[in-house]
Amino acid sequence: MSERWRGGRTAIALAIAALSSAAFADTGAGIPQPLPGAEPGDAARGRAIVANRQVGLCLLCHTGPIAEERFQGNLASDLRGAGQRWSTAQLRLRIVDASRINPLTIMPSYYKTEGLTRVAASHAGKTILTAQQVEDVVAWLQTLKDNTP
Amino acid sequence: MKLAALIMIAASALAADERRSGADFVSPATQAMQRDDAQNPAMLWISGGEAQWRTPAGSGGKSCASCHGDARDSMRGVAARFPAFHQGRTVNLNQRINICREQKQQARPLPAESEELLGLEAYVAMQSRGMPVAPPQDAGTTASAARGRQLYFQRIGQLNLSCAQCHDQQWGKRLSGSTIPQAHAAAYPIYRLEWQGMGSLQRRLRNCMSGVRAEVPAFGAQELVELEAWLAVRDQGMKIETPGVRP
Ligand code: HEC
Ligand code: HEC
Ligand code: HEC
Repeated sequence: MSERWRGGRTAIALAIAALSSAAFADTGAGIPQPLPGAEPGDAARGRAIVANRQVGLCLLCHTGPIAEERFQGNLASDLRGAGQRWSTAQLRLRIVDASRINPLTIMPSYYKTEGLTRVAASHAGKTILTAQQVEDVVAWLQTLKDNTP
Repeated sequence: MKLAALIMIAASALAADERRSGADFVSPATQAMQRDDAQNPAMLWISGGEAQWRTPAGSGGKSCASCHGDARDSMRGVAARFPAFHQGRTVNLNQRINICREQKQQARPLPAESEELLGLEAYVAMQSRGMPVAPPQDAGTTASAARGRQLYFQRIGQLNLSCAQCHDQQWGKRLSGSTIPQAHAAAYPIYRLEWQGMGSLQRRLRNCMSGVRAEVPAFGAQELVELEAWLAVRDQGMKIETPGVRP
């Protein structure tokens, strides 16, 4: 089924206590340390998160090497080669809060709760992904060394 | 920083000459359905609306036709100038219809998104087909449109996206399987194949809001009417296409 921008679907609630992203230093190198409380990332789980349009939402905007998912977006880059373009620390920063690299970016900040307006009650005070999910996604992105489509 | 961002986004609003109807972004088969009344599933609702136009309702025992006569004459051009300021607030077309139900027919207002209300609204709106959108210039309506404009450019929801970021900056691209249109409202109410039914403009706006995980105002909320009033300003001069067909 084609994914329509229709809303009304209940996204899986991702409840964790929100940490302030201001706690992470914004250096050009990204965020070198894994997010507090998370185990080392699992690339297979990360792939599943990216593929899931109610959880990662990545394929709304990006294309990526996930052949079974049809109707990928083209608002943003192909994720192929992301693990070659960026270090783990840089990838982590891009998922945690892409707006610290480009304040005008349309890419949501996946691990941030402040500075948002009119958040739906079911999502208020929650980050889009948990610390563990961020680590899992970063672990998968890290495996994407090849950028040939 | 935030202010600078807002100003830059505002500056990128669509220039009048690059406006394209939402129908341009759907498949040729869906376009054909919209073009041809014999194929357009919305006509079923609209026949219902036409029947209602002539049917007495409420304790007044009057039909719409009792006062307004032939809708093809009396309602021509009406949809093109809604939302409009009326009795102290800005109302959209279906709210205006419900005002007549309550005040002129002494009948209960038709529920939001009911087949009856959508049919009647689409029937009235269809009488303006081909006419240019012409939002009223009075102070009440323009103040509402100005508030709607603010909301249009505001980043909202857990995904932190504004209407403008998708519809002014990213139109024509694919958000997952859907091509992002420019958010013109002149084809509403529309028939949506996915719903196998009709929906109002507010239903569309609410879906876009819940898509970015923002608070979704109730049907009829003033904020939604204000957004509609702003969309009408953006659409000024574009032609009414009701009833549209969407995937
Ligand atoms: C609403 C759109 C949107 C969503 C959703 C989104 N991104 Fe992005 N992403 C972008 C855009 C646009 C950029 C380009 C950077 C910029 O805007 O400054 C980007 C940049 C990136 C980059 C760095 C550029 C590259 O390809 O090397 C990575 C990596 C990335 N995104 C991964 C993800 C992952 C993983 C997810 C989901 C967990 C995701 N994005 C969700 C829009 C999005
Ligand atoms: C993340 C992207 C995104 C955001 C943010 C967004 N929309 Fe939309 N909008 C869409 C997409 C995609 C569609 C078309 C879906 C379809 O018809 O399949 C759409 C459809 C519409 C339409 C119908 C156009 C037509 O021709 O049928 C209107 C009007 C609209 N949006 C207004 C808004 C307003 C107002 C806001 C802010 C409150 C908003 N949108 C926020 C993506 C977005
Ligand atoms: C008893 C008389 C009466 C009945 C019945 C009636 N109306 Fe009206 N309607 C009016 C009058 C008078 C006005 C304009 C004056 C005003 O603003 O109150 C009006 C205004 C309107 C307008 C706004 C027109 C404009 O130019 O802004 C619409 C739309 C409308 N009616 C639709 C309907 C519909 C649909 C029905 C049936 C559900 C209906 N009316 C039933 C008397 C009636």
